[in-house]
Amino acid sequence: MGASLPGSVVASRLFLSGNEAVALAVRDAGCRVAAAYPGTPSTEILEELAKYPELYAEWSVNEKVSLEVALGASMVGARAFCAMKHVGLNVASDALMTMTVTGTEGGLVIAVADDVGMSSSQNEQDSRYWGRFAHVPVYEPADAQEAYDMTRAAFALSEAHRCPVILRLTTRICHVKGRVQPREREAHEPAGFAKDARRWVMVPGNAKPRLPLMHQRDDALRAEAETSEWNTLYEGSDRRLGFVASGPAFMHVREAFPDAPVLKLGLSHPLPIERARQLATMADRVLVVEETEPLVETELRAAGIACFGKEVLPRIGELAPDVLRPAVAGMFGEPVPKAVHAALQAVFPRPPTMCVACPHLGIYYTLAQLRNINISGDIGCYSLGAGQPWNALDTCISMGASMGVALGMDKGRGEADAKKSVVAVIGDSTFLHMGMQGLLDIVWNRGNVTVLLLDNRAVGMTGGQENPGTGRDIHGEDAPRIDFARLCEALGVKKERIRVLDPYQLPVLFKALREETKIPEPSVIITDRPCVLIDHYEATQPYKVIADKCTGCGNCIDVGCPAIHVTRRATEVKPSGKEVELAFVRIETSACTGCGLCVQPCAPEAIVHAAPEHPVNFLHKNV
Amino acid sequence: MTITNILVCGIGGQGVMTATEILAEAALSLGYDVKKTEVAGMSQRGGVVTSHLRFGPQVLSPQIMPGDADLLVGFEAAEALRWSHMLRPGGVALVNLGRLVPPVVNIGLYEYPDDPIAQMRALGLEVHAFDASAMALELGNIRLGNTVMLGAMADRLTFPADVLLNAVLARFGARKPQLVDINRQAFERGRQAVAARVEEPANA
Repeated sequence: MGASLPGSVVASRLFLSGNEAVALAVRDAGCRVAAAYPGTPSTEILEELAKYPELYAEWSVNEKVSLEVALGASMVGARAFCAMKHVGLNVASDALMTMTVTGTEGGLVIAVADDVGMSSSQNEQDSRYWGRFAHVPVYEPADAQEAYDMTRAAFALSEAHRCPVILRLTTRICHVKGRVQPREREAHEPAGFAKDARRWVMVPGNAKPRLPLMHQRDDALRAEAETSEWNTLYEGSDRRLGFVASGPAFMHVREAFPDAPVLKLGLSHPLPIERARQLATMADRVLVVEETEPLVETELRAAGIACFGKEVLPRIGELAPDVLRPAVAGMFGEPVPKAVHAALQAVFPRPPTMCVACPHLGIYYTLAQLRNINISGDIGCYSLGAGQPWNALDTCISMGASMGVALGMDKGRGEADAKKSVVAVIGDSTFLHMGMQGLLDIVWNRGNVTVLLLDNRAVGMTGGQENPGTGRDIHGEDAPRIDFARLCEALGVKKERIRVLDPYQLPVLFKALREETKIPEPSVIITDRPCVLIDHYEATQPYKVIADKCTGCGNCIDVGCPAIHVTRRATEVKPSGKEVELAFVRIETSACTGCGLCVQPCAPEAIVHAAPEHPVNFLHKNV
Repeated sequence: MTITNILVCGIGGQGVMTATEILAEAALSLGYDVKKTEVAGMSQRGGVVTSHLRFGPQVLSPQIMPGDADLLVGFEAAEALRWSHMLRPGGVALVNLGRLVPPVVNIGLYEYPDDPIAQMRALGLEVHAFDASAMALELGNIRLGNTVMLGAMADRLTFPADVLLNAVLARFGARKPQLVDINRQAFERGRQAVAARVEEPANA
């Protein structure tokens, strides 16, 4: 059995998140190479792995490269691992779809974290599809202990069947802490690269004979899933309804229906059809509880097993007990229990905001001042520019999409947009991930796009990780640093159309944007202030508002800095008879870092330096 | 099967997750099964953070369902109101009166509730409110607010207050021994704030 767990358990239990548990298991499995691009909720896996000196860990420039790095390591016989968020596997899928044909040598595990519930993503997609599409097995842990155990098992399964294995996580696994019992560590020495063109050189003549092997492997895996210790039947005493569940949904089912029979899917693809048939004999009806798409349900029906699924359960979001209970009550025509708790209270929304002194504030303040522009945006903290008070980002699709979308907006426009300029906004890491190819396309195809490249020297949204533009590697050690201006020049942007600016200098930024948007050729404005959350950032003397001088004009509020607070509102009637809303402000000096952005639009010069009331605390920048 | 459900809420950067982590360590030290989960995707950007802590003989789902929380700990007044529906009938809310007003309110798009504590009480909830932020500043550091809130919980748990105090001190003792004493004071301030049960003016 390829999937049985190695070694005996070791001393004490730990309290780990799913991500930490996966990282520990990767280390304990004797993995040699681990690579990832940061993405919520998967980021902490590689951050943890970087702490282990016994393996090589890297931030890769994107998920496709990380998977290729893992494959190369596997080819030479090393155990290899890569991690990504759900959308990352879209990027890496080109490599996946062919490495499933070559197969692997050293165990290769791909952890892919779905953001079920969408706490921090642009879509909600079900990565279990990749298992079916790419003919690779899929594990679905239900808690941190299983995240540990299944990661260990996944390496063994990968080597037993010589194929990559997907470890499908969700936010509710990655970011849940629970008790974890680790097992004995394994040592794993790479066997060495066995040159074999028919195996590794996937030209048609070599790839074609391998396709039947892939399908034979499917059959073997299907047989294994039927007997796998990870697919468990819980008999239960209340046989009115049996459940098929996997991942966190399994825990929710057990919580809500402790006496019901359950088929728990741990090795969920290939689906153990015979085990499901067995469950069907144990219960009057079967309900499939899966996050998020009806994959298992569809396959069970195709196998002739009657079941309920998405006709009673939602196709989006988490299937927690408060979703399951009323759905099941509905199935049985029972009244849905009335809530005993207080009603939901209407409280203002509290969307994520940019930090105090964030360099992006200057960018969006300026973009909000410009008229007649369409702004193509990208993935990162600067996506928040679409929100209040700026409303200065018009699209956000996928990593690097700002470039291609901008070019398409330029080439596709008719009379309605003829007088508008097209601006693309992208961050440093996103540009290096997948944006620079888009810029190359803009240049080559003579697009009329002004690119704002926001270099804040960090992957900001995921917590300030390194990238090739920061000059440091995953360990924080010095590494070669890409020069963005020279890179853009090498991609073909004219040298005189590349400017490097300080985004805290509002008039300079405004002038540069006005000029570049009027010139009908590609230009790049690079801003170079570091993210306030990374240690390159240096706070200076904070500001305060002289209350007597504040005229309530509200210009400073338009900057959008969370340290600026309204103390009083009033209405003034101008001599023209026009009513004007006034908002008088104060600055939370303890949070202010002295960037000076709000000082610049303040006409009455009411904002002056203050002695700090309390030491500046970076963790409290948001207050 | 008796499970204790504690929901801690606030905004990113306030120490909600750290406080829940310390609570978890206290429960673990007693041999309980413990699960802790957060919804905090973009929380470092000033968004809403909730941290669910469940402990008992065996914990399955990590999530507390609406109406199931034994204790609601609000690090910010309006956030406590937002999550009021999570409390079970007879559950208790411990709320910091300190307010963190977000940009959407400053821009004028929404209003901050006049008196979130009174609103919670009108729902029939038992609410203990106190200005943990002010207490922390009096002790010299806003970050002590976290420990004040833990102190406030200490006599509302299913285990002795000292177990939680030890977990707090162990955390600081390991990393910053010079902070042990001040944290002990902050813990005690929080504990007294709830024990005193003074009917403080809610709109502080």
